[in-house]
Amino acid sequence: MQAGKPILYSYFRSSCSWRVRIALALKSIDYEMVTVNLIKDGGQQFSEEFQALNPMKQVPALKIDGITIGQSLAIIEYLEETRPTPRLLPQDPKKRAHVRMISDLIASGIQPLQNLSVLKQVGQEKQLSWAQQAISSGFNALERILQSTAGKYCVGDEVSMADLCLVPQVANADRYKVDLTPYPTISRISKSLLTLEAFQVSHPCRQPDTPPELRA
Amino acid sequence: MKQVPALKIDGITIGQSLAIIEYLEETRPTPRLLPQDPKKRAHVRMISDLIASGIQPLQNLSVLKQVGQEKQLSWAQQAISSGFNALERILQSTAGKYCVGDEVSMADLCLVPQVANADRYKVDLTPYPTISRISKSLLTLEAFQVSHPCRQPDTPPELRA
Repeated sequence: MQAGKPILYSYFRSSCSWRVRIALALKSIDYEMVTVNLIKDGGQQFSEEFQALNPMKQVPALKIDGITIGQSLAIIEYLEETRPTPRLLPQDPKKRAHVRMISDLIASGIQPLQNLSVLKQVGQEKQLSWAQQAISSGFNALERILQSTAGKYCVGDEVSMADLCLVPQVANADRYKVDLTPYPTISRISKSLLTLEAFQVSHPCRQPDTPPELRA
Repeated sequence: MKQVPALKIDGITIGQSLAIIEYLEETRPTPRLLPQDPKKRAHVRMISDLIASGIQPLQNLSVLKQVGQEKQLSWAQQAISSGFNALERILQSTAGKYCVGDEVSMADLCLVPQVANADRYKVDLTPYPTISRISKSLLTLEAFQVSHPCRQPDTPPELRA
């Protein structure tokens, strides 16, 4: 049986999907994209079909090498282990720990608290302040951590998994009108990363499912 | 991050439980907490992340404070059952004796404490037989007992085992 290309289930605006799109671009992995609209039809992630594929009813999910993986960081670590160049995690275990710590700070400590389904539960009135609180609270911690880990990028001078998490979270910060003045390191690093091609081709404004009014 | 856990080890301080565990795995590799096979490792990480990103943050102390006392219980229950619905399905294809196959992994380390939270917030575990079975089985192991919240230096007397 010939293995087909990997298939990524993605939504243009999902920050978690963006992380994986960046990883695939950096590693020059050719793949097919199936877009899942999180809003349309009550949310296509709730369809029986998608649930069977990914019981978490979330994007991203990657079908690759005969398995389906959910959770963006689990996907990225799998790509790193099976397609190791260019690296997304440094060789040194202490630097790897820093990369994972920063990634987890964003992927567990910030993003879940301001994702679509939580904001729905919080209700329209409180959504904006709730999202802002989650993001600034996390960015306060992250800005401090970066003082000791950052070089050109989040950890030293090589792009890592931490940077893949940072840029989409900064985009969410912009979307929820979080003032980034208190976070100069976060801002500098994010701007710098956005000049790289992998961060541009994967950008929400350039996806197959990007609506016309948001298209770059 | 103003959070626990944090581990001071080998001259560095690491926050975020999974980052800590992966560091321990890389520097003290036996016994393993992640399988050798990359696909099984992906399953272990997926399950760990489902819990550590998809459930726990939504029902941790600071979020429940923001939600307010009235809504706390139903909010926590919703976060946990929603996550456990997905997890129970995933375990159908990954679980053996434990979450992924028959060896204890990082996924199991995430499971037991989350089941304890489920009990704490009175989530009915009947819909999750695989989760229940695995958790009960893990709790018979010494490492899961010595580390139990009811046996810590700071366990209050009324909760002590």
